[in-house]
Order: sequence, then C-alpha cells, then structure tokens
Amino acid sequence: MALKYTPLLSCHEKLGARLSAFGGWLMPIQYEGIISEHLWTRRSVSVFDICHMGEFLVYGDPEKSNLDRIVTMNLGDMPCGKCSYGFMLNEEGGIIDDLVMYRIAPEKWMLVVNAATTDIDEQNLKKHLFKDARLENASSALGKLDLQGPVSCEAIQRLFDFQAQGLRYYHFEEVICLGEKVILSRTGYTGELGYELYIPSETILGVWNHILADSAVKPAGLGARDTLRLEMGYLLYGQDISKDTTPLEAGLDKFVDFNKDFIGKDALLKMRREKTKRLLVCFLSDSRRAPRHNYKIYSDSREVGTVTSGSFSPSLSCGIGMGYVELDCATIGTKLVLKDNTVEINATVVEKPFYSEGTARQNPAVGNVPVT
Amino acid sequence: MSIPGNLLYTKDHEWVKIEGATAIIGISDHAQHALGDITFVELPKIGDRVVQGKHCATVESVKAASDVYAPFSGKVIKINTELLQHPELANQSPYSQGWFIAIEIDNIKEKDSLMLESEYVHYLTQLPS
Repeated sequence: MALKYTPLLSCHEKLGARLSAFGGWLMPIQYEGIISEHLWTRRSVSVFDICHMGEFLVYGDPEKSNLDRIVTMNLGDMPCGKCSYGFMLNEEGGIIDDLVMYRIAPEKWMLVVNAATTDIDEQNLKKHLFKDARLENASSALGKLDLQGPVSCEAIQRLFDFQAQGLRYYHFEEVICLGEKVILSRTGYTGELGYELYIPSETILGVWNHILADSAVKPAGLGARDTLRLEMGYLLYGQDISKDTTPLEAGLDKFVDFNKDFIGKDALLKMRREKTKRLLVCFLSDSRRAPRHNYKIYSDSREVGTVTSGSFSPSLSCGIGMGYVELDCATIGTKLVLKDNTVEINATVVEKPFYSEGTARQNPAVGNVPVT
Repeated sequence: MSIPGNLLYTKDHEWVKIEGATAIIGISDHAQHALGDITFVELPKIGDRVVQGKHCATVESVKAASDVYAPFSGKVIKINTELLQHPELANQSPYSQGWFIAIEIDNIKEKDSLMLESEYVHYLTQLPS
C-alpha cells in the first residue's frame, strides 16, 4: 500500500527530520534527537505533527444511532465540550481500537482513532450504526497538531489569543485560529499539560508555521512521543493492545462502563467471572539496557509472558517496558528476567506511571515558569 | 559526515586505527548518526578473543539494539570504560573519546578486507538512503 503524506511533509524535510513509515503514513520520527525532544517536552513545550490519526464525525442520538453500543464509554451522560477515552470492542471483547470521543453537540460526535486502524474502524462503524445516523470520515479533511509541555497553556494564549487556563483536563472548545474554526482539547499522549488541535488540512501549514515562530516551542517527532507515552504507562494500539487483547487484561477496566450495554460486554463479563489469565504490567530494568518488543519474560526460569513495548527512559536514565505476564507474576515488586537470544535484562514489576512528575492534570492557572 | 583519512573501515561501519600490532576499534560517524541517541554500550572483557566479522560489542539507541562486529581477529587488551558510563560519547566523539576496544591483532593480512577512507566514502554513496 502506498504511504500517505502529512500536509506538513515539506516542513519536516526543511527542518532536517528523519522520516519513517508509521501506521501507513510517512511521518517525522525525530528532528534534533529523541532524547533532547523528550526532555524539552518535559520542561517546556513541543509541537507534534499528528496528522496521521483518523477522525470520524457521527451525527445522531447515541441510543437511536447505536453509537453508544459501539464504544465502551457512556455517551448518554457525556456533556457537550467533554471528551472521553475508551474502546471499540469486537464480540469477543478484543480491542478493535482505542479512541477519544468528543461530544461537539447533543447529536454530533467526533471519534479520534489510530492511523493504522482507520479503515477497520470505518467498517465497524458502518456495520453497527443504524440507518438514521450519519457517518463522515474526516481523516483527510482534518489535520492534528499537539502542543505538549508544562508551559503549553501560556503558548496557547500567546499564539491564539485564547485564555486556556479555564479549559479542564479532557474538555475542549472551538476556537478561532488564524481565522479558522478549530477544536482545541486539553488532552495528549505525553503526560504533560497539553492541548490537541484539530485543524482543516488546507490551513494547517499556516498554523504550524505560526506555532514554530514562537521561540518557546520546538518540534518533536513520533520517537519522543513514544518514549513520553511509555514513561506514563500509556498503551500503544497494535503493540500493547490489539484485537487479541481485552481491556481487562490491559488493566483498563475503568474506561469500560459496565452499567450500559456495549458490543463485547458478555465476553468481558465472562472473562471477569473466570478471572483473566494474564495481565499487562510495567517493569523497570536494573540498568540502562532497554527491553524490546517481543522479548520473552521469565520468572524463576519459567517463561511467563512477552514484552509489548520497551525503551530507554530519558527521564529515568534506565530501561523501561511493559508486557503481559501470567497472573501470579503481576504483583508489584516481582522480579522478572527479559530475554531474547543474546540479551538478558533483570527487571522489577512497578506501578505506573514510571514518571510521576507529569503536569497533565495540573491546574495551569497556578503558573508555570517558562524555561529559558 | 566526518571520515578521517588515517583509519580503515568495514561495511558494517566500524572504524579501525592500526598502531603497530594493536587495532583500536569504534563505530563511524555515519553509524552513530544512523543509530541516533546511544543509550547503552556492552563491551567484551579484557582477555576475550574476538573474530573478524563476528559480534564483539552491542550498542543500543532509544529505538533499537545493534551489533558491532570485530574488524580483526585477536585478543581484547583494552576497553573504553568511560564509554560504558557515558554511551553518548559514541555520538559526540565517534573517532576519539567514543572508541570501543583495542585488540592485539592475530593476522595483519586481515586488513586486506577493510576499506580505505576513499573506498568507504564511495561505499556510503552506494547505500540506499
């Protein structure tokens, strides 16, 4: 399949970015370097091109359109201006995708989904949405930029003349940005105070240049986005979760509302009764050596699982990772050995997040001093 | 891209500096740039034997782990302990402070399979970008 291009491709090339395929798109992986971009995001503010992600608009009442049954969050109770994280599941309780749902109007919803799963998600929505609902794939029409970092609130105010202090975590507003209406949500994937902007693709170039003209903001690539999310214990679809794993095994029960009906509910209830056989855990290496995707996990020389994500942690200066293990090895403090053919890493099961200084939920009105 | 003229190079982007019967080994500027931020280095122990073309060290970057292959067969006589503490030296100073190991060369004729600077420059231009 031919790679898709972000509308900002020539900007990334000019900045000397290293480009690579991700989710079917040619995307910037790094500019200056993953570690420096990571650390800049943790202490100042970075902009990420996230145009690869998919967006769907659904018009309809959550019950009458059947949308409420397709996702695990409770749409009926969701106020307009709120967003919510959850899943689309199959009948077996396997995760078709993880997504963020935005209630734009009582009968207008935006679903933000992963790039690689956009087509499958569209099929799933078409299959289950009732006739009176209207579905629009806005993935090409909408671009997405993330501004993330402890001083992102001040940057938003400077750049868009919008007082963002009042915008609470997982809420959004429509704002005017260079004459265009855009959605600005207080969300992100880095663990830092941050905002995600949904911008018409034809105007995104101007917005990108406008943002980068601010001296506090530096571009960051998907490489840093991955290490930032891993330090927070956030999962990556296709790696840590898939159609072969359930939210229960991934430890994400709180994003599933069992008080309503949804596709996959019976399978999850059955799994809950019978107890899951494996659980996703986070582990810390005892050295700078990083576990990698598909390393085997051992406990007392017994194979107990597989690593799904692993990397060097720029904030902690050691290896970190996550993976599924048998239930008796999922307790905090359990000693594990992570192996491939030649490598052996000693690690310990720890609580998430790995990095606990994240500012994502902080009240920005308290005042964050920009880093000089 | 820096490629010093007094060194020999391998197709796997190691460099070698021959000083009498000793070969000092590291990874090229091209290699460190391709790897990105180097976060971990594993070296053999002094006294270990290494074989030309076979694994002798490991470098890890944020994204991946890669093998380093020995340009000569021989016995390891020195290792860069500073590099173990500060793997980023391989990025910052690949031909000097970022050296990996020194080995006592078994057979100097093995250098015939290595590339001169000019050959390595040409080799790099042939690689897919």
